[in-house]
Amino acid sequence: MAFLAITALSLAFTKDLFASVMLTGIYSLLSAAFFVLMDAVDVAFTEAAVGAGISTILMVTTLTMTGRYENRKLHHPVIALSVVVVTGVMLVIGTMDMPAFGSDMAPAQVHVGPYYIMQSGEDIDIPNVVTSVLASYRGFDTFGEVVVVFTAVIGVLALLEFSRKDNQVGERPAPMFQHKILRIVSKILIPPIMLFALYVQFHGEYGPGGGFQAGVIFASSIILYAMLFGIEQTRKAVSMPVVKILAALGVLIYGSVGIVSMLNGGNYLNYSVLAENDITGQHVGIIIIELGVGITVATAMILIFLTFARRIGKTNSNSSTKEGTA
Amino acid sequence: MIQHLPILQVIIPLLAAPICFILKEARLVRWFVLIANAMAFVISIMLLQQVNLHGTLVYSLGGWEAPIGIEYRIDELNAYLLILVTSISTITLMAAGKSLTKEIPESKITYFYIAYMLCLTGLLGIVATGDAFNVFVFLEISSLASYTMIAMGNDRRSLWASYQYLIMGTIGATFILIGIGLMYMMTGTLNLYDLAERLPEVEHTKTVFTAFAFFLVGVCLKLALFPLHLWLPNAYAYAPSIATVFLAATATKVAIYVLLRFIFSVYGFEFSFTHLPLTEILVSLGLLGVIAASIVAIYQTNVKRLFAYSSVSQIGYMILGIGVGTKTGLTATMLHLFNHALMKSAIFLALAGVVYRVGSVNIKAFAGLGRQMPWTMAAIVVGGLSLIGVPLTVGFVSKWYLVLALLESNMWPVAVLVLVGSLLAIAYIWRIVEVAYFKPALQNNQAYKEAPLAILIPAWIFVIANIYFGIDTSFTAGVSEKTAELLFGGVR
Repeated sequence: MAFLAITALSLAFTKDLFASVMLTGIYSLLSAAFFVLMDAVDVAFTEAAVGAGISTILMVTTLTMTGRYENRKLHHPVIALSVVVVTGVMLVIGTMDMPAFGSDMAPAQVHVGPYYIMQSGEDIDIPNVVTSVLASYRGFDTFGEVVVVFTAVIGVLALLEFSRKDNQVGERPAPMFQHKILRIVSKILIPPIMLFALYVQFHGEYGPGGGFQAGVIFASSIILYAMLFGIEQTRKAVSMPVVKILAALGVLIYGSVGIVSMLNGGNYLNYSVLAENDITGQHVGIIIIELGVGITVATAMILIFLTFARRIGKTNSNSSTKEGTA
Repeated sequence: MIQHLPILQVIIPLLAAPICFILKEARLVRWFVLIANAMAFVISIMLLQQVNLHGTLVYSLGGWEAPIGIEYRIDELNAYLLILVTSISTITLMAAGKSLTKEIPESKITYFYIAYMLCLTGLLGIVATGDAFNVFVFLEISSLASYTMIAMGNDRRSLWASYQYLIMGTIGATFILIGIGLMYMMTGTLNLYDLAERLPEVEHTKTVFTAFAFFLVGVCLKLALFPLHLWLPNAYAYAPSIATVFLAATATKVAIYVLLRFIFSVYGFEFSFTHLPLTEILVSLGLLGVIAASIVAIYQTNVKRLFAYSSVSQIGYMILGIGVGTKTGLTATMLHLFNHALMKSAIFLALAGVVYRVGSVNIKAFAGLGRQMPWTMAAIVVGGLSLIGVPLTVGFVSKWYLVLALLESNMWPVAVLVLVGSLLAIAYIWRIVEVAYFKPALQNNQAYKEAPLAILIPAWIFVIANIYFGIDTSFTAGVSEKTAELLFGGVR
């Protein structure tokens, strides 16, 4: 906790944007550790993969476009500060009547929580309760989250994608072309990363993990490739139209599971009707929707990174057009 | 299939979005989107019928009963809003084909339609669901999609406007999430109706107060209550016209719905109005909004921005109605919610026509348009009269109910100020009328033709609705009274 506070404070004071990006990465990693302490392994996993991994990469990419240092402030953020103080005070007041930390009588522990823990074995029969809540009990929320990711992709593509015409940026040598060691090591590393992603994907029912984390890990292997061998090279290996279709397909897979269960006479996203046996049905449903999640998240991250990174080539080649980061 | 209607309402536009992404071809996508929208509209009408026949509809997602799973719960209030959102989005889309070709590069049109569908999905999801966290998830969908739509405007400033909205909207969403988190902590449930049952037990804890406060501020940011409205004028002014029509008519209304749900159905009238000085807060902020935003509107030179400020002031009226805390007040709010959507759709669609022909919405460009584009300008004028609250338009009906509610609760000074607000509305509408009808056309201008029918017809559908519902109030007033009663009866 102390580390968290220190990181947050130094984050607020630093003027070097690059340092602040690194600090947010550290912040995420620390909070991931914190989540592990709280026994929330799945959350920690996600935080480590998304917060410390992907979002740091994306922010660094942005920085290469905008420049490293903050502009000098023109006004004193008095209003902002007072809003923050009021919010903080409110939060502290709010904590005063909270149930004691770790209390087993806390409302969150005695209402639906126990049901999930006690019944999940019987209803769904997979060891990881978090997965059963995410994928089945509250499966529709997870579907919503996938759609949020999809929406983000649409936003990025809509604003930053080039049309075919101004595509002639010209091939630039990969930024790290000269680092032979890096290239060889990463070539060795990329296949295991992908394999690990698949493991996380299909092992989500038994251990921490699932579609979200797997998708991010898979995407990071592609992004690593792109950083070392250049964007154009990656675009040759990974066809953009296919990736786009896959991004949409992931959402459709998830959604159509719901439709199928509706056609089989159950409610939307009721996996029990997918097979003869309720529990098998649940398993089938969860595996398929996790696959949908994984596909959309992975392709979404790849798409966002590649469109961002292409922008660098563009801004470097004609630096007169300065684009705001949207 | 009848029992699946509640989920189909949300799922059809949702699945349409990724399909559009695969279809790609803008013309194909356009028709596809229109069909999906029309289907959603039909479903919403069927839903209202079902609700009238069988009472509240409950649909458990995944087959898990609430509070274990997520449920959709449609009562009269939701059904009414679903119809409002889907009908406006369908009619607006009819104009989209023409209007977008002028305002967005061709390669981006498909993306715009996808964002539009996603935004619609988000709004419908918020309205249909009976689960607090689900509200948040769909709020994120609709917000992200609307940032995208706004940023696609052809003015460079649209990027900045979208960024402003993104920051403010994210703060709002975070506040809402903190509120929901605290509620969960105190009750152990996320289902709205379960929450309503379990909150009274912990009613007096400070944590519940904090949760309520955070939630309230978050939602008020989203619905642009004065003084949290700063994102709205730019966002509306620089977004593509179609996005402006859609967002102005639906997004803020859905936020008001969320506010009503939580104040009345979840926390209950008792908690909101007796433990907290909600009446004072809402009435004073609402009034400030009405007066201040109207005054600012008078000085705008960008007509879209002018009407955006007028939206802020109209939201003030709705908040006033809630603040009064009586059944009549709530009826007024519900009425105005519906009526304001009609007025603003008519006006912004007509403005889309002006943008199409003239290419500018600066007030100077309006000179002489009254003769060159008579139908378009007439639509704006009727919408404007409705904003002022002239009899025989919908604006009059809702103002009437609002003033009635205020007089009932002996708040006559407030009622007087509401009428002052109407006078201010006359001032800003008159500026446009004066320029359009009494100034000669600019010399160097070629004569502009009337806006294309594809835009004019949808705009006039709204105009006629403005007049029709202004004369025959049985449907709107009836439904509004019913929903107000429902909210006061509480689900408890």
